[in-house]
Amino acid sequence: MVDPTPVNLLTGFLGSGKTTLLQRFLADPAFSDTAVLINEFGEVGLDHHLLERIDETTVLLQSGCLCCTIRGELSSAIKDLHARRAREEVPFFRRVIVESTGLADPFPILSTVQADPVLKHHFRLGNVITTVDAVNGLEQLICRPESAKQVAVADRLILTKTDLADTKTVNVLTREIRRLNPSAPLWRSAEGTLDADALLTHDLFALAEKSDLARHWFAEEMSARHDHPNHSLDHDINRHGDRIRSFALTFDETIDWTMFGIWLTMLLNRHGAAVLRVKGILNVKGSQTPVAVHGVQYLVHLPVHMAAWPSNDRCSRLVFIVDGLDPAVIERSFCAFLGLKGTGRSNGETHSLAR
Amino acid sequence: MCALCGVLGGDGHWTDAAARPGIFTRNVDSLERRRERLHRVACAQRVLSQLGLTLSDWQGVSYVLSTPTGKTEIIDNLAHLWSTAEKLAGRPCDPLDPALIRRLEAGRG
Repeated sequence: MVDPTPVNLLTGFLGSGKTTLLQRFLADPAFSDTAVLINEFGEVGLDHHLLERIDETTVLLQSGCLCCTIRGELSSAIKDLHARRAREEVPFFRRVIVESTGLADPFPILSTVQADPVLKHHFRLGNVITTVDAVNGLEQLICRPESAKQVAVADRLILTKTDLADTKTVNVLTREIRRLNPSAPLWRSAEGTLDADALLTHDLFALAEKSDLARHWFAEEMSARHDHPNHSLDHDINRHGDRIRSFALTFDETIDWTMFGIWLTMLLNRHGAAVLRVKGILNVKGSQTPVAVHGVQYLVHLPVHMAAWPSNDRCSRLVFIVDGLDPAVIERSFCAFLGLKGTGRSNGETHSLAR
Repeated sequence: MCALCGVLGGDGHWTDAAARPGIFTRNVDSLERRRERLHRVACAQRVLSQLGLTLSDWQGVSYVLSTPTGKTEIIDNLAHLWSTAEKLAGRPCDPLDPALIRRLEAGRG
């Protein structure tokens, strides 16, 4: 079976530098065989004209915002690329990047790739990369739900225009980003070169072959826990963004995979819209090596069987980013379903609301 | 037909087997598949019984979800289980429902 072609989503609020970042990706010779789909929200396909290097495999989606109107068109566009690649009408490509509009909800785009009955056999989801404007990002995160959601579901975060913002603004914004998404590696695009390989290819799927990547998968989240063990649920709740919270559950006991599936499918069926992200490494009963799981709202990636444990730590660990759900209730429910006694650890560690 | 799961038209739900290297799958052989399905029914039943519903395996390819009055639906996988259960039960199936959690905790002893 031919490996499915990864599809990366490049998202971020209006003016946050998505196209500039895309140009940097495409300038890297390692990613010259990348097809790009650009969703335009406006009359003129300006971004398309900026991307001159990818002419033939650029398909412009101009019927509106991806999240609400053109899932079908996105599906058709990717299928069309696939067919044209097979007929050798376009240069061979090994990766697709979808650049969404700044107002798009990322979820329908992701679900289109994973749920479409044809696409899912030929394509798979890669990392979601989100750009955040250092100058205007904080206000956008506070005032625009789309912006907060884009940050919450990101696998990779790029802080752009850091050379135009003062240090204090950048630090406050970084803290807010970390509160919404503690685990995604964060780059500052103005400082040095961006590692396109790390941004695009070190994804969930790669965990099956490179268990050391798991360290990076959780590194930020873990270091945040240790740096801020007493970070709690309490903070200013006068802003909509404060409904979005992240927390980690850690269990020493092995997990029954079947019951875990029952619990998570039930949770996502009822609360999928509010579970912005769940990812974890599980010590599954009967399995010598860990299983990585990763979900965004109603969508769960195929679980990956990792080659080995990344360290001596054999704990199961689940990181959630939720919108308006109570972490304590989620943990209690998880324990009740899985027949676990809970960790018995201090609140700060067990529920660590990483930043 | 998927060679791994042996299910005609298997749609690749994340809780099911997948024929891709690196993907976690428990259904390595026919006996294991059978055992897994029975375990899945037992696990789901532990929750569904709290909602007055019954789940059973059907020919190793689908599941049958029933109410005490005999209303029945056939489902393919866990993706359809909970929406169908809500339809049959006539109420939300919420794993965060405190009453459900309490009953599961009590049942655990």
